[in-house]
Amino acid sequence: MAIAASPEPTRRDFLYIATGAAATVGAAFAAWPFLDQMNPSSAVLAMASIEVSLAGIEPGQQVVFKWRGHPLFVRRRTPKEIAQSRAVPVSELIDPLAENANLPDSAPATDANRATKPEWLVVVGVCTHLGCTPTVSTPQNPQGDYGGWLCHCHGSQYDVAGRVRKGPAPRNLAVPVYAFTGPNKIKVG
Amino acid sequence: MAGQSTYVPKTGFTRWLDARLPILRLVSDTLTTYPTPKNLNFWYTFGGILAFMLGVQIVTGIVLAMHYVPSADLAFQSVEQRIMREVNYGWLIRYIHANGASMFFLAVYIHIFRGLYYGSYKAPREVIWLLGVLIYILMMATAFFGYVLPWGQMSFWGATVITSLFSALDQVIPHLGSAITTWLWGDFAVGDATLNRFFSLHYLVPFIIAGVVALHIWALHVPGNNNPLGIDVKGPQDTVPFHPYYTVKDAFYLALFVLVYAAIVFYAPNFFGNPDNYIQANPLVTPTDIVPEWYLLPFYAMLRSVPQKLIGVLVLVASLATLVFVPWLDTSKTRSCRFRPIMKQLFWLFAADCVLLGYVGAQTADAAWHLGDITLPLVWLARLGTLYYFAFFWVLMPLIGWFERAKPLPESIAQPVLAKV
Amino acid sequence: MRFAFPLAGVVLSLMGIAVAQDLSQPVPPKPMNWSFEGPFGTYDRGALQRGFQVYKEVCSACHSLNMVAFSDLAAPGGPGFSEAQAKVIAAGYKIPAEPNDRGEIFDANGNRLTRPGVLADHFPPPFANEQAARAANGGALPPDLSLIVKAREGGPDYVYSILTGFVKPPHGFKVQEGKYYNEHFAGRNISMPPPLNNGSVTFSDGTPSTIDNEARSIVTFLAWASEPNLEARHSIGLQVIAFLVLLCGLLFLSYRRIWHGGRQDAAARDRPGSTTEKH
Repeated sequence: MAIAASPEPTRRDFLYIATGAAATVGAAFAAWPFLDQMNPSSAVLAMASIEVSLAGIEPGQQVVFKWRGHPLFVRRRTPKEIAQSRAVPVSELIDPLAENANLPDSAPATDANRATKPEWLVVVGVCTHLGCTPTVSTPQNPQGDYGGWLCHCHGSQYDVAGRVRKGPAPRNLAVPVYAFTGPNKIKVG
Repeated sequence: MAGQSTYVPKTGFTRWLDARLPILRLVSDTLTTYPTPKNLNFWYTFGGILAFMLGVQIVTGIVLAMHYVPSADLAFQSVEQRIMREVNYGWLIRYIHANGASMFFLAVYIHIFRGLYYGSYKAPREVIWLLGVLIYILMMATAFFGYVLPWGQMSFWGATVITSLFSALDQVIPHLGSAITTWLWGDFAVGDATLNRFFSLHYLVPFIIAGVVALHIWALHVPGNNNPLGIDVKGPQDTVPFHPYYTVKDAFYLALFVLVYAAIVFYAPNFFGNPDNYIQANPLVTPTDIVPEWYLLPFYAMLRSVPQKLIGVLVLVASLATLVFVPWLDTSKTRSCRFRPIMKQLFWLFAADCVLLGYVGAQTADAAWHLGDITLPLVWLARLGTLYYFAFFWVLMPLIGWFERAKPLPESIAQPVLAKV
Repeated sequence: MRFAFPLAGVVLSLMGIAVAQDLSQPVPPKPMNWSFEGPFGTYDRGALQRGFQVYKEVCSACHSLNMVAFSDLAAPGGPGFSEAQAKVIAAGYKIPAEPNDRGEIFDANGNRLTRPGVLADHFPPPFANEQAARAANGGALPPDLSLIVKAREGGPDYVYSILTGFVKPPHGFKVQEGKYYNEHFAGRNISMPPPLNNGSVTFSDGTPSTIDNEARSIVTFLAWASEPNLEARHSIGLQVIAFLVLLCGLLFLSYRRIWHGGRQDAAARDRPGSTTEKH
């Protein structure tokens, strides 16, 4: 009994292809929960946003909160600091981008783009070099030459708008997603 | 069969690899060209199903271990709050793992009973059987450790009862039993130290099982599979290549098995469970009825059928040790119960006996049937069941082999149309 | 099949009557129908919201709900509050606060400092610890309710039966000191006083607040608290089973094709001595 094998897929082959395809698709759908379970759980995501009260923070003072496992610097700037910061041309900056998650990626690092309400600067306190926590500069305890922050790990310096002025850090301190939910309250994240 | 590799690497790469690590040859010889008797039926698909279930339990277990905390203070919360409510699909993975244990044992019991029925334990397959007994014992240990981990009431008290069995040895050598239980617990009672070590062992033993399974399959591939007729393969006319015949058959029955498994996971995920295990462990409050999971119930019944603690423990140990001797207890020259009319009946009686023991194991220790004026404490049924269990292996298997007249065996597997007995 | 439920009801009632005569054993739970039972079961949103109200106004005085977060109230498959509503609910609770800048956790009067709840918080327990709970409840510990429906034999039927089982004890039954008669509780002496009365709660959707309605609502809510993922489980389950039925069908056809050939092989198959004959 000689039945020549046909070169094109026959109806028989289609069945095997369909079965194999169904099994593969099933396996892919079955794999998804095993991958997704490693994503942040609902408890972790619940802590992804925090509400921060700004009451009691004096001008020139910084308060540190914990947000998503990192320090969050909330700094109330004095009018002098704001004016100083505004006077800096963007062309002088190491990182000309605003690094502000509330604005488009291309926004320039003007002081207005760093603090929409100029009195309040909200940045993630993680040095953009290798992740250390920079130390805030105060009149009693100046850190660095720009009045902002000095990172003691490798000497990076930031100004009062959190912009990097001396390396090795490559980028400005990140401004996270935040919004004012009241005159003295912000929601971050 | 051993020593007849027919694999020929076709491409440059496969020739290169074959000369260095013949893994493709191994896959080809064991899964593709491996000659398998062509008359294997549904009951022979459970080996493949078991391999699949081991994989499922290991994968789901490793994932659960990413979120579980093996500490007495946090274990229950890490399961019932973190995994079941917070982790994405945690509830699904937990239910798959918990019900997977039940499906694993369901499959292993069918697999064992198939081996008993068709005489797969008889020469030259004794070592396959022995490795299987070892796998079964390791499975029971793994399941026992695993059930403790959620740290519910049944977890805690089941651990207490079973580990306390060792204290029966105090009657053999004073203080020996207590020393052993204290050593097992790491404390004066089941507690945090016990939980931590049980977690470690629960993670470890499945990989030992995987190794023994590899030996089990290797030992199988030496003589090749047994078959429902129990007669040897005489030549290639009796076999088909494993692929595609048995890959597709195993895949189909695996899919059916998974369908049943999915129905349980999605629609009755707590059917096999005990409500008491949704209560956090409390060392000061004992549940009214301490029961193990269903797959350990027959042994629980046998243990409780003996009023004396030490003898009860010995009966339990003997019931498992008995399995080791099965290849030599059965004296019959005929393998398959298809041709052993008396043994077949005794086999089904044995299966019913296991179900009966399981039922009694689930009842309270003082349970009784009330039939009119007669009260029958179930412990007597357990004693009867235990007696038959041991009699089946130690008395009936040897004797029936001598006295039974087997039905005439067919000439060969390939011989056309033999009426099924 | 049509007679299954009435028949079951008659049998169970007879059993109930038979057992009820044995006063040392509790009456088996009343068989109920719940919206979440069965493979296509879902939670009745209205019942969940009413049940939450019952928990808040009645049960939470003694029973904690530790594993449920305020955000769960707005999660899919749950009572269906909006996130804004859940935030308001959360803010109405006082959560023990972290130490203040001076490291204090008590105020000048010795009261625990608190802060308003946020979505991430869990329902705070009514008592600081087990000892305080027992002291306030005559030595008995009101169990946490997060898993109560799964932690009791009989599940929702049992919990409903307990809540509605505070009937008059039969003549001659001695109720223990400090306990109450409940015909569904083991030993029939329960430490919990009857929690529900007609009119205990005023439902905002106008449902009459009979004990029965209150019990049905709280049981539905507690069933959800025990099993918040039930609706997702049923929905995914349907897709999985449907897929597996399809896959089994394809595998079966493949199996038959490989073992018994196609139509053109039928003649070859049935010839004696061929290799694919079944035995």
